[in-house]
Amino acid sequence: MSVEGYIFDLKRFAIHDGPGIRTTVFFSGCPLRCWWCHNPEGWEAEAGQGEPVIRKRYLDLADHPQENITGVNLTVEKVLREVEKDRVFYAQSGGGVTMSGGEPLMQAEFLYELLQACRRSGISTAVDTCGYAPGESFSRVYDLVDLFLYDLKIMDEEEHRKYTGVSNVLILENFKMLATRGDKVMPRIPLIPGITDSDENIGALIEFLHDLPVLRPASLLPYNRIGEDKFKRMRLPYKPGKLESYSSEQIENLAGSFKASGMEVILEM
Amino acid sequence: MINVRIGKLRQQSLDAIPSISLERAELLTDFYGSGQVRDLSAPVARARAFAYLLEHKKICINEGELIVGERGPAPKATPTYPEICSHSLEDLEVLASRPKISFAVSEEARRLQGEKIIPFWSGKSIRDRIFAEVDKDWIACYQAGVFTEFQEQRAPGHTVLDDKIYKRGFLDFLTDIEAAVRELDPKNDPSAGARREELKAMEIVLRALIAYAGRHARALIELSKKEKDPGKKAELAALASICERVPARAPETFWEALQYYWFVHLGVIIELNTWDSFNPGRLDQHLWPFYRAGLEAGTLDRDRARELLQSFWIKFNNQPAPPKVGVTAEESNTYTDFCLINLGGVNAKGEDAVNELTYLILDVIEEMRLLQPSSMVQVSKKNPDELVERALHIVKTGYGQPSFFNTEAIIQELLRQGKSLADARGGGASGCVETGAFGKESYILTGYFNIPKVLEITLHDGVDPRTGKRIGIRTGAVEDFPSFDKFYEAFERQLRHFIDIKIKGNKLIERLWAENLPAPFMSLLIDDCVKKGMDYNSGGARYNTSYIQGVGLGSITDSLTAIKYHAFDRRNLTFRELREALDADFGGREDLSRRLREETPKYGNDEDYADELASRVFESYFRAVDGRPNTKGGHFRVNLLPTTCHIYFGSVIGALPDGRKAGKPLSEGISPVQGADRKGPTAVLKSAAKIDHIKTGGTLLNQKFTPSLLRSNSGIEKLAQLIRAYFKMMAHHIQFNVVTAETLQRAQREPEKYRNLIVRVAGYSDYFVDLGTELQNEIIARTEQGSNN
Repeated sequence: MSVEGYIFDLKRFAIHDGPGIRTTVFFSGCPLRCWWCHNPEGWEAEAGQGEPVIRKRYLDLADHPQENITGVNLTVEKVLREVEKDRVFYAQSGGGVTMSGGEPLMQAEFLYELLQACRRSGISTAVDTCGYAPGESFSRVYDLVDLFLYDLKIMDEEEHRKYTGVSNVLILENFKMLATRGDKVMPRIPLIPGITDSDENIGALIEFLHDLPVLRPASLLPYNRIGEDKFKRMRLPYKPGKLESYSSEQIENLAGSFKASGMEVILEM
Repeated sequence: MINVRIGKLRQQSLDAIPSISLERAELLTDFYGSGQVRDLSAPVARARAFAYLLEHKKICINEGELIVGERGPAPKATPTYPEICSHSLEDLEVLASRPKISFAVSEEARRLQGEKIIPFWSGKSIRDRIFAEVDKDWIACYQAGVFTEFQEQRAPGHTVLDDKIYKRGFLDFLTDIEAAVRELDPKNDPSAGARREELKAMEIVLRALIAYAGRHARALIELSKKEKDPGKKAELAALASICERVPARAPETFWEALQYYWFVHLGVIIELNTWDSFNPGRLDQHLWPFYRAGLEAGTLDRDRARELLQSFWIKFNNQPAPPKVGVTAEESNTYTDFCLINLGGVNAKGEDAVNELTYLILDVIEEMRLLQPSSMVQVSKKNPDELVERALHIVKTGYGQPSFFNTEAIIQELLRQGKSLADARGGGASGCVETGAFGKESYILTGYFNIPKVLEITLHDGVDPRTGKRIGIRTGAVEDFPSFDKFYEAFERQLRHFIDIKIKGNKLIERLWAENLPAPFMSLLIDDCVKKGMDYNSGGARYNTSYIQGVGLGSITDSLTAIKYHAFDRRNLTFRELREALDADFGGREDLSRRLREETPKYGNDEDYADELASRVFESYFRAVDGRPNTKGGHFRVNLLPTTCHIYFGSVIGALPDGRKAGKPLSEGISPVQGADRKGPTAVLKSAAKIDHIKTGGTLLNQKFTPSLLRSNSGIEKLAQLIRAYFKMMAHHIQFNVVTAETLQRAQREPEKYRNLIVRVAGYSDYFVDLGTELQNEIIARTEQGSNN
């Protein structure tokens, strides 16, 4: 019977996770541990791990009366039923569903089944990924995905390991593979003060993208402090310390560096 | 872009303090006191009174204005209507001293009111007569807060003008009157005499308005003679000649069209204090031919058109809603008089009606940022996205306007009520959200109806627990209901009982108005009063609709849902236990209140369990009201809007099964209970669209967004698509407040710094600092439907 996924949130009227009005499904479990992570509650792949974060907007209250849970096991049918509710908005706005997390490819089987169900149901799909997954996982879902929102963070491998916990070699390889295979990939670049926004890193990102047939604009995600509070609630150390949010002038300057190289960028704010 | 002239006039309007002017009351009392009405028919007496007012009232011309005419002797000098509501001295004290929506009242005004106005009108005003003549059941329900009555201190108004004045002058209308007189058939028609009187009255008021315009022309000529500056001198002379031309003859220019409308507007609001003030309606359509012709001929340019429109806008802002007292003040406490300018939509052929002027008027709305007039865009699927996005850029500035209406839904609503396709396409929304066939319909709001109060009374077997009085029928004690459906039947019977009382009272009140205070001037303007020789207040209009506005859809739905869910489906609570907790206002049962609030399906989350009950209760309300005949040849209909009445209605209800404590506000419009919606705006819209909007004459949905959502163009585009999708589901209306909670809290603490902060309240925007604390708190509490928290 239907495979279950472990999901920590489901957000309707998501308007920053791809084109149009979308529903974002947040998959639990992530191989990375980015210092600035917005969704640390999505790190652990199983129930009962990590500190509870109350997020029960989508839950059927009768089935999940307990207050403090990190996520729930849901069948493909159940997720699809929620996703289908906003069909009228997707059709109107050119939106659809975005699989995010966590890292959706960590639950490859469930992701595959869910994407297939969406495809059958005529709902456009996007996958928001950190890229750290076996190449086969990407190939398996490739035809079922309309858009990959693909995070590119740090180009230097050692730096990448320091700030995310893993090497970036696999991530960059997968990105190249997707970029050369078609026009489904949209780079997403988090701008984190002192971590990803150095001239060297931005220069290396531009160079990397320049050599690839990436047809979509890159989206820039300037740092904000939503994550900090969650680390506190989960009693996890917030390693970046006190970071200031960017001024709009700083953001414009950073966007300017990308634009100067001829890249098209979208600011997500 | 506001030039120096407009800047001054706008500031004058903003600075003017609303005050009570007894000019109208005094003139009217002189006229009626003279005894000359004794042998006149009601319409002719009213017509002569109207002519007397226009002949003797002060002419006010503000320096530099391009559109002239004030209702009172000065901007915001607000008349009273003692033939409708003769204010007591205590009323005047309340008006002068209440912290919100106050009116300055001079010593002289108090003296005059006490010595002259009250002695003459006491017992004669329609308000006094209504309360003397309605039966005791009606009084008991009115006092219990089951319903309100719009017509107890304001005239049945609620209509909007169509395009007729832009094509024809008043002298052309006179030929229609003469033709109608010729067609009278006294031999075969027993009502021919009454029709002759009505038509005679129309002729008197028609001539009176032309003469009133003439008084302005003469005053302008005098000013022109004294003026030294040649530019100003010429302008005054030009304005004088416009006032000589309109309203007598059809307008030929953009300027004349605006001035003509304004004289007509003054006529309507001087004749009676019609509720939901009259307005020009589809302004971008009516003015378009003049705009285009002016541009082509080189006699008008964009800047001049803008300046004229701005001057026109200020005239509306100079006329606060007539002072309201008692329950009427509670249900609609605002200075705004609900003149809702319609933009966009479709033309008579059903084609996209958006034109260049639509956008120019949107510019004017954004630049003027005035409380009045209100504005809205009709969004048809044929209109471009650009229209919605341009309007959202204004919404983004935190002004609460314009609101958004679904043209296709409006047309279907009108067709369902039996209007012709042409009349439906020429219609729109007015007041808050009310659907109407502009220029052809009298669509009277008759009062709000407190649906959750009916539930409370049902829970107490017909007794109002607040007073212990039995005002409902016996439908059984809660412990005796074997199923939810049986309980629901009891609720439906109570609902029907109270609607019957309301409708019976309405019919009596309609006749009191028809017989005592006909409105010959309004009748002149609304088809087919002239042709039929019948008054607007007596069924003269082509369509005659009486609305009863249901309040508290969210609260009633969540309350019924809680009963069904806990007492019948899950059986984790006995019905009796629930009622006892309500009677104790959850004293000692905080756990239960929390469970009801937190662990119960709620309307507004796109969950069928609750939403099905919203539809069910809506259908019950609809069936109790829709299609029942009024006394004007038309029918009763429903709409769902609250103005500020959900606060008053909440104040008369104890604790409700949805976990709401006694006295707290009800939900407003068709919005979910404040804070009950947790799944974001798409879920709210889905829930709200599950009721059948086409069966209403308007629904009202509020959504609040933080400015962050609208910062980027992509945010604006997505919000525009959100509106489009809601309208695709055939919903009627949506409006947005774009402010942060912090801003509002600051405004509450330091009102003096936020005098200009306008927020969306219900079907209108208001100054935040003018709202009562309860309402302010509620607006703060309304779920912020932001994205990414």
